Amino acid sequence: MTSNDRPPAGQAPAQRSRQGVRTVQATGAIPWPLGVPALLAALFLLVPLAGLLVRAPWRGLPGILADSQVLDALRSSLLCASSATAVSIVLGVPLAWVLARSQVRGISVLRALVTLPLVLPPVVGGVALLLAFGRQGILGRLLDQWTGITLPFTTAGVIVAETFVAMPFLVITVEGAFRVADRGFEEAAATLGASRLTVFRTVTIPLIGPSLLAGGVLCWARALGEFGATITFAGNFPGRTQTMPLAVYVALESDPEAAIALSLVLLVVSIAVLAGLRGQWANFGTAA
Amino acid sequence: MSPHPSRDMASPVDRVGRDASASSDQRHDGLVMSGTVERGSFQLQADLTAAPGEVLGVLGPNGAGKTTLLRALSGLDALTSGSIRLDGLTLDNAATDTFVPAESRPVALVFQNYRLFPHLNVRDNVAYAPRVQGAARRQARAAADTWLERLDLSALASRRPHQISGGQAQQVALARALAAEPRLLLLDEPLSALDAKTRLDVRAQLRNHLKQFSGPVLIITHDPLEAMIMADRLLVIEDGRVVQQGSPAQVARQPATQYVARLVGLNLYTGTLEVASSRVHLDDGGIFTVTMGDGGLPAPDAAGPPGGRVLVGLRPSAITIHTVRPAHASPRNVWKGTIGALELLADRVRVQVEATPPALVDISAAAVADLALRPGTAVWLSAKATETEAYPDPGTPSPKVTEEE
Repeated sequence: MTSNDRPPAGQAPAQRSRQGVRTVQATGAIPWPLGVPALLAALFLLVPLAGLLVRAPWRGLPGILADSQVLDALRSSLLCASSATAVSIVLGVPLAWVLARSQVRGISVLRALVTLPLVLPPVVGGVALLLAFGRQGILGRLLDQWTGITLPFTTAGVIVAETFVAMPFLVITVEGAFRVADRGFEEAAATLGASRLTVFRTVTIPLIGPSLLAGGVLCWARALGEFGATITFAGNFPGRTQTMPLAVYVALESDPEAAIALSLVLLVVSIAVLAGLRGQWANFGTAA
Repeated sequence: MSPHPSRDMASPVDRVGRDASASSDQRHDGLVMSGTVERGSFQLQADLTAAPGEVLGVLGPNGAGKTTLLRALSGLDALTSGSIRLDGLTLDNAATDTFVPAESRPVALVFQNYRLFPHLNVRDNVAYAPRVQGAARRQARAAADTWLERLDLSALASRRPHQISGGQAQQVALARALAAEPRLLLLDEPLSALDAKTRLDVRAQLRNHLKQFSGPVLIITHDPLEAMIMADRLLVIEDGRVVQQGSPAQVARQPATQYVARLVGLNLYTGTLEVASSRVHLDDGGIFTVTMGDGGLPAPDAAGPPGGRVLVGLRPSAITIHTVRPAHASPRNVWKGTIGALELLADRVRVQVEATPPALVDISAAAVADLALRPGTAVWLSAKATETEAYPDPGTPSPKVTEEE
């Protein structure tokens, strides 16, 4: 209600009545040193997206999207991002629990290290993955010798690269939730006869459900957009390791219209994710 | 922090050797605890027993160690020394490194703020214990329905905890605890989260439900009235130690400490009894003539040697205020003082008198007006010797502890 009464930005507030009925405006007016940069920032973020919509080849869109290579890339992207999220949940939630609950010395160092991929340039992550899981890598060589499996330049490699980059997003979100979750419920469950694992499954996880969902979606979105680590570790083979971001990048050189169309698809997916998270987003902000 | 193995549960047959002879035939000998718990710098030392079917009220001020006691009994914390046995089964024994964790103890705890699982509806909250103890979902729900019906809560079965009132939540928490079929039931300030009106209703219901429970019940409270109504026996804890045990009537009539005396509205004095003259030299100064043979001092010769430590209880309504020194024939205590604060209670005025010893006096509002009492007025106090109740000080068995707070 106060926002509706707010005078236009930049205009001096009108004289107020003596009774002070309109004092709400004292906090409603936006000072221009804040208002102008805020407006610029909003335009900066929104104009490119608007440009994407304006330049989109709407007429040729069905044709471009029906192209088998595009569909392959879309399928790869969804499959790999979902797989990476699944792996992140299976491994990352227990890690988050340990980071939040363990009293072991040095756990804070471990916490800092496992969240390093959040700030690490993804290309560096890709190089690191090659050194670890590449055919000549520390673990990759053993894997190759014992099972004949090689990860680089395979679909599994894409999943590994995306998991490496995206899992920390899930871990920090869920870890924060574990940290603030009311331990009283867990104690109550214990006095009712639940073992620690049962408490975790039946009480702890449901209680942090919203944060788990938020972390999972964040992780999935990050995996979907992953480029640097993927192209370094898994390459760019259409039908196998080419995900949407890679397809967009390649198409931009040969077929700009296709690039725009593909970008549009990713934009729609992102908006859908954001809309789905509407309620959870605030929750994520406080939990993380 | 404690070196207990997580699951070194003694079987019911394999009782602690030391107690084997005593408990060999006691499948239902209730709760026996004797030990200490340390939490940070706080230490609780408690020796207590509770028979099956007995409701033991644990009374004490905040920070006295009441909750620490419940945590030790429920297995959320371990004893530092001593042991806890329930129906002959050792739950905790620091000496033999036996510790049955909370999840394996036949002990249920109703938390102060209930701690109903917010993601489960009322039925599934109550079904939680049967479910995690291995019952199939359908069986667990059936068990829950039985308990809900017994506590008259069936209408709430599909509600979430945030959709029910505080009084209902208390009942659901009780149902959830009972559904675990414990052999010891613990309640931590079960009514403190309720508003005054709800509290009366829930208290009556709770009392009925507790009567039907076959094992021992420990109910923690800092409300003396609640304790008197709900409990068969009271245990008073202060500063981490048990200062008094007894029936509610006994505790109300002969409080062992100033804390209890204040709760039950008594003036309480500590002093040294001179048997020959029936006089008590009070620690706060002053001398009281007391009656012997009543209450805690059955006969003069039974009060111990001359110089025994005693407590003297005196009801505020048994003291009379005079503006001139009274002259009486009957044995009477008369002492001088100054009016401190005046507080209007429901049907009388509680007068705080600064004197040696100090006293709270209850008189009618009319008397306050008649005597023109106001803070600073010099007055005389008198109390019949027959109104003073002297009894041995249970908190000071030896002369080394003399100070009462």
